[in-house]
Amino acid sequence: MSKKEIDEITGTETTGHEWDGIKELNTPLPRWWLWIFYACIVWAIGYMIAMPAWPLINGATKGVLGYASRANVVTDIEKAKDAQQVFLTKIDETEVGDIVKDEELARFARAGGSSAFKVNCVQCHGAGAQGFAGYPNLNDDEWIWGGTIDEIYITIAHGARDNADDDTHISEMPAYGADELLEKDEIISVANYVVSISGGEADAALIGNGAEIFLDNCAACHGEKAEGVAELGGPALNNAIWLYQGGIEAITTQINAPKHGVMPAWRTKLSDATVKQLAVYVHSLGGGE
Amino acid sequence: MKHLNATIILALGTLLTVFAAAFAYDDLFRIHAIILAVHLGAAAIYMARLVKVDGSGEVEDKSGYMDGPIRIGVILTVFWGVIGFTQGVLIAMQLAWPVTNLEPWFNFGRMRPLHTSAVIFAFGGTALITTSLYVVQRTCQARLWGGAGLAWFVFWGYQIFILMAATGYLLGITQSREYAEPEWYVDLWLTIVWVAYLLLFLGTLFKRKEPHIYVANWFYLAFIVTIAMLHVVNNLAVPVSFLGVKSYSLFSGVQDAMTQWWYGHNAVGFFLTAGFLGMMYYFMPKQAERPVFSYRLSIIHFWALIFLYIWAGPHHLHYTALPDWTQTLGMAFSIMLWMPSWGGMINGLMTLSGAWDKIRTDPIIRMMVMAVAFYGMSTFEGPVMSIKAVNALSHYTDWTIGHVHSGALGWVGMISFGAIYFLAPRLWGRKELYSLRMVNWHFWFATLGIVLYASALWVAGITQGLMWKEYDPQGFLVYSFAESVQALHPYYVLRFIAGLLYLTGGCIMAWNIYKTIKGDVRDEKPMVAVTSNAKPAE
Repeated sequence: MSKKEIDEITGTETTGHEWDGIKELNTPLPRWWLWIFYACIVWAIGYMIAMPAWPLINGATKGVLGYASRANVVTDIEKAKDAQQVFLTKIDETEVGDIVKDEELARFARAGGSSAFKVNCVQCHGAGAQGFAGYPNLNDDEWIWGGTIDEIYITIAHGARDNADDDTHISEMPAYGADELLEKDEIISVANYVVSISGGEADAALIGNGAEIFLDNCAACHGEKAEGVAELGGPALNNAIWLYQGGIEAITTQINAPKHGVMPAWRTKLSDATVKQLAVYVHSLGGGE
Repeated sequence: MKHLNATIILALGTLLTVFAAAFAYDDLFRIHAIILAVHLGAAAIYMARLVKVDGSGEVEDKSGYMDGPIRIGVILTVFWGVIGFTQGVLIAMQLAWPVTNLEPWFNFGRMRPLHTSAVIFAFGGTALITTSLYVVQRTCQARLWGGAGLAWFVFWGYQIFILMAATGYLLGITQSREYAEPEWYVDLWLTIVWVAYLLLFLGTLFKRKEPHIYVANWFYLAFIVTIAMLHVVNNLAVPVSFLGVKSYSLFSGVQDAMTQWWYGHNAVGFFLTAGFLGMMYYFMPKQAERPVFSYRLSIIHFWALIFLYIWAGPHHLHYTALPDWTQTLGMAFSIMLWMPSWGGMINGLMTLSGAWDKIRTDPIIRMMVMAVAFYGMSTFEGPVMSIKAVNALSHYTDWTIGHVHSGALGWVGMISFGAIYFLAPRLWGRKELYSLRMVNWHFWFATLGIVLYASALWVAGITQGLMWKEYDPQGFLVYSFAESVQALHPYYVLRFIAGLLYLTGGCIMAWNIYKTIKGDVRDEKPMVAVTSNAKPAE
């Protein structure tokens, strides 16, 4: 073991220990380090006196400031609710279609609807409400179940094809091919007709026959001019808006064995006021009737 | 009859795992047992071919120390480092471009624990075991206690743990505790290995020829003892079957969460802080060839650190179901922890007094200095983030990820690289590294990577925190969660690039170490010449 010596560069004494060539200086603790350490300890003691800190047999010390995070959350939520209560009560009392007549109330409803939409609706309808294949676009002016505020409200509240809700929208297009209601060439003809009336390129030789088949089989739900029947949930087919996909092939597939989307009834998950706000918001997106 | 015992043990192990596979309670356990059986079987065959009946043993190390496992350890540390960084880059890519998630084995949910365990336990753990065995022998002037068998058991036993943990994650075997994902049987195995490690370390300390125990060994010992305690308590669980993967935690509800974060926080404290401080306390003065700055500071900051760290876990559970008093204590102890943490930084940096010029001339010292600087930065950031008012913004955001990485990439990574560059020439009897200039390149790639990573995630985290809290004048939340995810995309891309930079540095190191082991020396201009026109230090 080596003995204590003075390090030439720093002028500090070593401790006299040495390990594998490593020596240690006996430098005192840096003062700034020590004082900040003390200050942190003093602060910590103060903080522990001020706040709930030490466990006792039953519960814990309460702290002189009487802080309680759960009580604070309750107060915060109450405050937030109070701030909105005037409007929420008014929305509860107002018919959904009349909300837009009150400019201030409408602004509140659109803000609330937008917020609720982002949490509950974007998963299927998209962040910009632009929809995806099978999930309707809410910005355009085609409404499968109607586009007035009242109709939108009903659709949101009761959903579509949600078996848990007695008032849910129900429609089911028959599987014309799979259930052998139409022959294969008849389906192709009617698909060509549908494409032709929606402005697409179709086989002119098939259109005439397709129009007849359409009138006999499809017009009841989709309308004679294929303009759609909101009461029955029959989408319009005379425009370029397609729930699934346009084009002869996709339309043939849909006629053959149709897909049917499901939307949950939101009235069991959201408050009535929220559903009303959603209806006002969705209506405001551009395509409301 | 060298290697005969090892062969027999490995063969028995293979047999046992084959039985475990045959009688498995569930398919995952069977697959896991087969994976282990294949590896043990291959190892048994390999060892059997090495058996020599004439009794000629391997050549003793000239140093008189047992360096066999340490040499393999250096190679494996570099290997696991590159693997772990690659994993990180891959999951960064998965976050930036979700389409790169490959179901079911390679989705983010399984790859993420693979990354964290690869860097913390495979890279960090192997680095710690390797350096601790090197340091304890040198500073005690004693060969490892327990003979070659114990040291090799600890070494390969730990690698088996890594193998089982990693393959388990990809198979979907997890107990869902962060940084403690392996299931009960892997935990039991690690416990056995860890107790053997403790005995190995303590035994060597007891037979030391030096009158005192060097400070690096205090830190290594604190790391080994505390990790044993944390690991055992946090993993207490009841298995559904002794031949099945699933188990249920002994704790439930908020107690379970608190136990987990007591473990999680001290895994950071004792694995990633205390252990690597042990590394710093040996390699920094050795490389700088200067005495440790302050013996007194090392005593005070050691005891203060280990006393205070263990209570700080609750700051991971601010504003949760955890009682207020626990949160207060967690925050108060985190604040008090600031200076004890910085004691290590001061002792590291000030050890360079009288050798500051080496930052210019020696890229290995530069690496170690950057490590200590990032250590100081992240041990300041930690207490700041534990303050409840700050935590209300930072919690659950990417700021936390950034914080962890400035500690992991900056401190843990850089100090380990420094130690590896120090060890490689010495362990293989080379005069010098293959290339110091490549160390310098590694330094700059890694540093740029860390700075880019940390700053991208600071911005990302604060953006995220602010978006989540944003209310409109009517009192409604302005942003949906998905919108905050969308806003972070550019920062996720930056993080991916930062990871690539860091990985590039790691690959440069791997090549450098490989060539050093081969005994090559790169034909290059010496480092000092670049700065020869600069004034000498002082």
